[in-house]
Amino acid sequence: MALLIKNGIVYDPLNNINGEVMDIMIDGNKIVSSINESKAQVIDASNKIVMAGGVDLHSHIVGPKVNSGRILRVEDHYKDLVAKTRFTRSGSGYSIPSTFVTGYRYAIMGYTTVCEPANPPLKMIAVHDELNDIPMIDKTSFILFGNNWIVMEYLKEGKIKECAAFIAWVLKRMKGYVIKIVDPGCEEEWKWGNDIEGLDKEVNNFGITPKEIIRGLCEVNKLLSLPHPIHVHTNMLGTPGNYRITIETMDCVKNIANNNQPLIHMTHVQFHSYGGSNWASLSSATDEIADYVNKNKHVTIDMGQIIFTDTTTMTADGSFEYKLQKLTGERWVNSDVEVEESAGIVPIHYRRNNYVHAVMWAIGLELALLVNDPWRVFMTTDHPNGGPFTYYPKVISWLMSKKARERVLKRIPRMSRRRTNLEDIDREYNFYEIAIITRAGIAKILGLKNKGHLAPGADADIAIYDFNPKQYDPSRDYKEVVRAFSKAAYTIKDGEIVVKDGEIIKPVIGKTFWVESEISRDLESSIASSLNEKFRDYYTVSVDNYVVPKDYLYKPWPIQVKAKI
Amino acid sequence: MAEIILTLKHSLKVPLDASIISPDNFAGKSINEISSLKLWRGNKQITLGEVFDIKGEAGSNANETVITINGDLSKARRIGKGMSNGKIVINGSAGLYLGEDIRGGVITVNGDVGSWAGVGAKGGLIEIMGNAGDFLASSYRGARSGMEGGMIIVHGNAANEVGGWMKNGTIKIMGNAGIFVGANMQGGSILVSNDCGVRAGAGMRGGRIVILGYIPSILPSFRIEEIRASVKVNGDKISGPFYLFNGDFAEGGKGNLFINVTKNPHLKRYEQYIP
Repeated sequence: MALLIKNGIVYDPLNNINGEVMDIMIDGNKIVSSINESKAQVIDASNKIVMAGGVDLHSHIVGPKVNSGRILRVEDHYKDLVAKTRFTRSGSGYSIPSTFVTGYRYAIMGYTTVCEPANPPLKMIAVHDELNDIPMIDKTSFILFGNNWIVMEYLKEGKIKECAAFIAWVLKRMKGYVIKIVDPGCEEEWKWGNDIEGLDKEVNNFGITPKEIIRGLCEVNKLLSLPHPIHVHTNMLGTPGNYRITIETMDCVKNIANNNQPLIHMTHVQFHSYGGSNWASLSSATDEIADYVNKNKHVTIDMGQIIFTDTTTMTADGSFEYKLQKLTGERWVNSDVEVEESAGIVPIHYRRNNYVHAVMWAIGLELALLVNDPWRVFMTTDHPNGGPFTYYPKVISWLMSKKARERVLKRIPRMSRRRTNLEDIDREYNFYEIAIITRAGIAKILGLKNKGHLAPGADADIAIYDFNPKQYDPSRDYKEVVRAFSKAAYTIKDGEIVVKDGEIIKPVIGKTFWVESEISRDLESSIASSLNEKFRDYYTVSVDNYVVPKDYLYKPWPIQVKAKI
Repeated sequence: MAEIILTLKHSLKVPLDASIISPDNFAGKSINEISSLKLWRGNKQITLGEVFDIKGEAGSNANETVITINGDLSKARRIGKGMSNGKIVINGSAGLYLGEDIRGGVITVNGDVGSWAGVGAKGGLIEIMGNAGDFLASSYRGARSGMEGGMIIVHGNAANEVGGWMKNGTIKIMGNAGIFVGANMQGGSILVSNDCGVRAGAGMRGGRIVILGYIPSILPSFRIEEIRASVKVNGDKISGPFYLFNGDFAEGGKGNLFINVTKNPHLKRYEQYIP
């Protein structure tokens, strides 16, 4: 069916369109340059903002740890119950919503693509089961490799090609999109009850350092020509003084870079930008981080903004969750995924009057405001670690309005204000930049050519927000920004209107995409035969029970790339 | 005071989410408006008028509104949710979560109530003439925020886990209580006028529990302090004598447990440990 979006105020940074009033035409599931207007359904978007559908780079929405979180936090579901409507199913959950509610809430905010950032390969069948269950959005999953025994063995032996072949095998068979690295080496060490400080200490039993793992996987990423750079959650998350490790991590792959192409993405950097030496002397070290990011083009980051609310932390960084549990005394989950990873969950309530939490809040915003190039910093809350994704409109308002930030700053402890620089930052994002950090830039760094923009040929994933920049000034009327971005006037998914005036009017099933990096036949067959042996030695499952068949997915969408090996 | 009377038309076969029934929601509305309020019965959304005969009139604000409900409401849950003022009288039994998050006003039940009555209460008064179910004024499973204020009086018996994670306020039970009275309690007072089960005050970090009847045993993580002649609960002096235990030392030991001496001769052996 043809759709015509008339007179919208369009922000499309990938095509350099900055607030021009223009029409967008859709035929089928694609944006086109011309349609038969007499037969098209017309949406009047005059005095409304039109952007490509939102893309979330980092949001824990499915997977075994999300499910354990749901089991652990019954009260989180009890306090947020969602009734069914004519078009939608019922559900529940505030910080960890059930699958259907997750999809609905994203669509209502105008988001159409979401990345689940951390899954061990062993659990991918469950992951795809859940991804199938999330309606409304396109989705993908990142696969954890940072503590994988097989990866560490290959890297130790210097078999970089074999390592690349193994990773291509896993990404293809388990249907993942990105090499995700969480706390490289440290989690293996944590399973023995130990901790690694820094990037240069060897991992027990493997004789390899975290730095070597990051560098090795970065090379692998290049060999396989994967669309997204390595996605790194580096060591010492949430530890005062950890900004040095963060800079060291970014710096350790610098000499692999060429042409200033991004080749490392540092995720939820808010949790990695702490100065000071203990919690009492915690301060913001965003100056150093932002300075490094501004000077070095091979790095991209996302915010990991925290929200003052009751939420759940869940990460593959099991050792950090142990420390957090010791700190808060909350109930917790910690788990070991054989051969591959660990994970942990601890509920947390970020409070405005807590000095540490207030500093964390300021750090997230400082990162986004101090990094000059919006194409290399993205908006996330690391849902649900920093706060539920439903708070994105609020984060947008903080970025767009100094007044909105000051309103919170007035109410946080004076010491937190002194230890951070947020008060002195005058920068305010405009809608063009917001479109970059919430869709265009993310689609670009993910290598999704049909997402995040509105040129002919792009997927017809569009969000229309009821905000008139001529009438309101986002800097002054930040509440209007929150209102507009909380409930999209229209969300269009694959050419169909799925949300109107903030309500779902048509449930749809989105695609699940993954990357298939084509490697040479010989290498592929040799790695497949050697894996049988490794599985017999290490795993409790056999290879045949390990892989996810293609027909397991509701809407499979492989993305082919050509590897260099 | 304006009174509005709801009478159940026919008995409830599936659960009814009655959180809409509160003086705050009824105040200032006409009978027609009230009977067209929407609520869920099972998986169907219906109007209040389909379940109840509605008579009388609502006051202009919550303060002046009295809601009287007649019939067996043991399948109706969340009656009076979040009410801030006014009065609800239930002639019959009430179901789960009666007076959830109540902030003020009065709920009187001339019958029994289900589990989790007064969960998350922050003020007001809930008076139950019959028996109460499990988790009276406790926190919801997993949550760490129990009752924060107000008063709950049960004239009959209460089942297990009265006042879990309670922070403030008063709970008075005129009959018996089950096991785990005041589990994980952090403040406030609980009075059990009759017998109670084992493990009273498990994990408590503050507040006081007064037991006037028989208790089978005291947890080993409690320590006897002294014998007191009387104790005050919400300003009322109750004469004893009482054994005063401190605990729970597994959690820091700032809570007080008062146990009637005369009803518990089997605890006499503790007297030798009084410092």
